[in-house]
Amino acid sequence: MTDPTRPAVYLDHAASTPMYDEAVAAITRQLTQVGNASSLHAPGRAARRTVEESRETIARALGARPGEVVFTSGGTESDNLALKGLFWSRRDADPRRVRILSSAVEHHAVLDALHWLADHEGAELELLPVDRLGRLDVDALRDSLARDPGSVALVSVMWANNEVGTLQPVADVVAAAHAHDVPVHTDAVQAVGQVPVDFASSGVDALTLTAHKLGGPYGVGALVVRREVDVTPLLHGGGQERDVRSGTIDVPAIAGFAAAVEVAVGRQAEHALAVSALRDDLVAAVQAQVPDAVLNGDPVDRLPGNAHLTFPGCEGDSLLMLLDARGIACSTGSACSAGVPQPSHVLLAMGCGEEQARSSLRFSLGHTSTGADVEALRAAIAPVVERARAAGVVSGLGASKKIAG
Amino acid sequence: MSGGVDSAVAAARAAEAGHEVTGIHLALSRNPKSYRTGARGCCTIEDSNDARRAADVIGIPFYVWDMSDRFHEDVVEDFMSEYASGRTPNPCLRCNEKIKFAAVLERALALGFDAVATGHYARLVTGDDGVVQMHRAVDHGKDQSYVLGVLTQEQLAHSLFPLGDSPKSAIRLEAEARGLSVAQKPDSHDICFISDGDTGGWLREKLGSGAGDVVDHESGEVLGQHEGSFGFTIGQRKGLRIGRPTADGQPRYVLDIEPVSGTVTVGPRAALTVDRIEGIRPRWCGTPPERLEGSVQLRAHGDEHRAVVTVDGDAVSVELLDAAQGIAPGQAAVIYDGSRVVGSCTISAARRTAGEA
Repeated sequence: MTDPTRPAVYLDHAASTPMYDEAVAAITRQLTQVGNASSLHAPGRAARRTVEESRETIARALGARPGEVVFTSGGTESDNLALKGLFWSRRDADPRRVRILSSAVEHHAVLDALHWLADHEGAELELLPVDRLGRLDVDALRDSLARDPGSVALVSVMWANNEVGTLQPVADVVAAAHAHDVPVHTDAVQAVGQVPVDFASSGVDALTLTAHKLGGPYGVGALVVRREVDVTPLLHGGGQERDVRSGTIDVPAIAGFAAAVEVAVGRQAEHALAVSALRDDLVAAVQAQVPDAVLNGDPVDRLPGNAHLTFPGCEGDSLLMLLDARGIACSTGSACSAGVPQPSHVLLAMGCGEEQARSSLRFSLGHTSTGADVEALRAAIAPVVERARAAGVVSGLGASKKIAG
Repeated sequence: MSGGVDSAVAAARAAEAGHEVTGIHLALSRNPKSYRTGARGCCTIEDSNDARRAADVIGIPFYVWDMSDRFHEDVVEDFMSEYASGRTPNPCLRCNEKIKFAAVLERALALGFDAVATGHYARLVTGDDGVVQMHRAVDHGKDQSYVLGVLTQEQLAHSLFPLGDSPKSAIRLEAEARGLSVAQKPDSHDICFISDGDTGGWLREKLGSGAGDVVDHESGEVLGQHEGSFGFTIGQRKGLRIGRPTADGQPRYVLDIEPVSGTVTVGPRAALTVDRIEGIRPRWCGTPPERLEGSVQLRAHGDEHRAVVTVDGDAVSVELLDAAQGIAPGQAAVIYDGSRVVGSCTISAARRTAGEA
């Protein structure tokens, strides 16, 4: 049996990618230092200096000002802070502003926060449609804004989709929303380090990123938010982060986060070139072995490391298990708490049937991926699909009942 | 792996015996509750996590398989429609027949596995003729061969029951020794998909009240009304709430439930006695017998009754040498030859012949 902690072939970088050496070194340096970054003495000032240098590093890499970077515990907290914080402050300023416009393919950290606002805070949620490639229908957004612009609290559209990899037309979204002075949030968790992301030139008002998707540690991320935008806090306490986010500052994690951002953004162009070439090889290799495998998402405007494929007649979780047994780690979409596979809301929103939605796998490549990974998948995929197809038929896809009679 | 102690030890024993074991937890509800309440130990996220932790300790891969659609169709809906037709089904037996040793087994075989191992208490013995025989577990108090009595030879040939040779107390000690945190987890009982254990209430909610008359079995006199026939089972004595006592002061028992009219017939204990059973839908573990002097078991953890069983195609006739009481159509009769399970059938009719003219 392969060592489960070191899969031979790791093709799930979109879930979490290995830490860069630079990030490990930065964290390790800080782990033995004492000093609360809010303390006034020398050790406290030293910790604060590390935090502020990290903030400057991240701001520089993302085209933001240091004061715009608010550290959080990660993507989910940043999304919740942006959505709830913007909704509350915008509604407080004008009680008519209760509409939230977003897309049907957002991550659950966005969707579930929005549903909570709808269920508990009277928000009126409009999840706008996407096309067959998973790309937002910007005309639908424009129509929705124009219908009654004064009632819109905010717009939130992800930078890149975590499942199928499609890049969203963020510039068009910003232009449409800003025409009515409506602020825009974007979840850029999958995008930073993969495609060029520049906060200032993008025009967005708030942007979510997280460290562990770009070679940093778990449990730390940031909401980059323009200084003139009011955000009502979620966590109350010491007000450590611009009075928007309280909680003792995690200095080692932030140091590692900044080191990772610096490396990932610094190498983004060459990384994207190398990884997308590898990804194209992977898709070609799989389709050579399984000719009816279908690539989902936008074939051109997509994340460089993302290959999302449908294998007709197979259940995704059968494929995942069989590949896992051969030391190949991939994903059926976004993980869920009970481990019960639900058909992907992203694929359903793209117009796929439930069967196709359950028959899909995401392979995502990253900075440690090599041609050997692609070769291992090429060698494994045909027999795995054949087996999963046989099992797919008995367990409901095309349901036949052999033994039960 | 339900998240209980039995399936955890079964998985550990199978792995130790040299099999390549993969742990599978079945998601049987689309919307599982987060935490377990009461004694139903298989359907919550907490139970799924218990199973996952057991798999970690054993050192085997672990996955959750979504069987909720099949379970709903083949077990939950079957349970409701059987009750609606006035029968008393056993959903655990149906789950073994249609889910664990059918849907799960079929999928497992297709994926390249050889067998399904479970924590059921029963023993499998392969005879000289290559036929796999199922026998009662060594621990008669925990024996589950009754709810496995629906399995065919093909299913048995791909089954493993690693616990059949051990008493339950030994399984808990073994779980403790293996470092499995579920060692002292209470046994699950009742029906797993009825979360509060109130079967009558659940059926009323799903099938409507089913209110009707309570009538005397001889005179046909209406003795009272009830608010729902689903709360009653044949042989039940308590909860009838009839104001008038019988002439001889003897207690009354539920003799029959007529689901369409909602009529519940009551009478003396003697009228519950049954010595002849007709069965349908037989399932045989091997070659069907023509005539067998053996025994039958009529409910889970029920008594064994000596019996003569005759089989004519899909019709099974059982003459009970030891009479039984309160037998309801829809229950399974599992037929034994000594400790060996021969097969099973669904009871279609039960009556009393002894003493009849």
